[in-house]
Amino acid sequence: MMSYGQFAKHLLVLAGLFALPVLSNAGELGPQPPKAKEKASAKTECVRPVKEMRKNHMKLLLHKRDETMREGVRTKEISLSECIECHVTPKKDGEYPRIGEDEHFCSSCHNYAAVNIDCFDCHSDLPKDASAHMHTLNGNNPHHKDLASKDSLKKETLDVLIEGGKK
Amino acid sequence: MSPKTPESTTDQYRRKFLKQSAAVGGLMVAPGVILNQVAHAKPDAEKVSNKNRWGILVDTNKCSKGCNDCVTACQEENGWGKSETKSRPDQQAQWIRKVTITDKQTGHVQSLPLMCQHCENPPCVDVCPTGASMKREDGIVLVDRHICIGCRYCMMACPYKARSFIHEHLQYQKVNAPRGIGTVESCNMCAPRVDRDREPACVEACSKAEHGALLFGDLKDPESAISVELKKHGGKQIRADLGLNTGVRYQGI
Repeated sequence: MMSYGQFAKHLLVLAGLFALPVLSNAGELGPQPPKAKEKASAKTECVRPVKEMRKNHMKLLLHKRDETMREGVRTKEISLSECIECHVTPKKDGEYPRIGEDEHFCSSCHNYAAVNIDCFDCHSDLPKDASAHMHTLNGNNPHHKDLASKDSLKKETLDVLIEGGKK
Repeated sequence: MSPKTPESTTDQYRRKFLKQSAAVGGLMVAPGVILNQVAHAKPDAEKVSNKNRWGILVDTNKCSKGCNDCVTACQEENGWGKSETKSRPDQQAQWIRKVTITDKQTGHVQSLPLMCQHCENPPCVDVCPTGASMKREDGIVLVDRHICIGCRYCMMACPYKARSFIHEHLQYQKVNAPRGIGTVESCNMCAPRVDRDREPACVEACSKAEHGALLFGDLKDPESAISVELKKHGGKQIRADLGLNTGVRYQGI
């Protein structure tokens, strides 16, 4: 027979084992959405209480999408671009995270829950200030041509960049 | 319940009086209200209504042959043209294109922009199996990509070849112009701009280039510049025989 003291000890160990996942969950596991920018911080809340947003953001967006698309309602409150504007914040290295990366606000939860969203097949996943200059960065419109107009590079350097130094 | 009490008769008189006085009041307020509507932008929360019908008038005699500014402005505004790198040229999007037409008899060459004609009876809307191809209350015809399944039936129905299909994954779309793989797209008369009381990008670019060949406005407002011009000099529809009543009209063709 187990003594009372021994039984209590075993019980304690068992309780500890059960508590382990709960405790560690609070630390590292689970989705870790990045903090929003200033305007939706602890002082100024999101457009709805956080609890409601976690559960129903897709319903709000679905409703607003039809209103905007079909009836031309352009209010900013429940607009996807405004969500992105506030919630997508730069990573530690200063670059903006893209959809699919855990640092991206939407992906931080959707990756965890394995719920695929196709919003960003069409919609911009970056705030305006990030997407404004990035879209022009391709072969047809390289960055160094913008620099040329700003006189920020030496003429010789530009010749190499633009003409490939063939002159 | 008594069917008719003296009170209820009094109520009726009161109602009548109130109605009449409201009508008089309404008359007095009305001019101010109308002024208000003209002077101020559409509030963001207001729905578009069939009180307006947006249209564009193209004066082909003012349209410069070498100029492509409307096209590049549209590309810049809506982010098409440069983003599709894998599609063949004939697959790439064309929301607006410059067309050159030559009269073989006289040799007269004309250049004009061709885009979605924003028909009153759009064939693309008729054929769409999902309701994605749609016409807004204010006459702008566009695609709701949320429910577009990419069948391209509308592309076949359009007599103006105004629609394109996106064949590849896109990145860095404009915030105001979401567009992506598997959906059909076309000129939306810059609906996001129009909703904020701005002109479409092509019209703005044309006046910026000092050609002034494009005129945007409300076809239902008899005092708008476009209506006045249409009344004075007229404007043709391309393929008027189809009876589509287009919102884009042309002068000089």
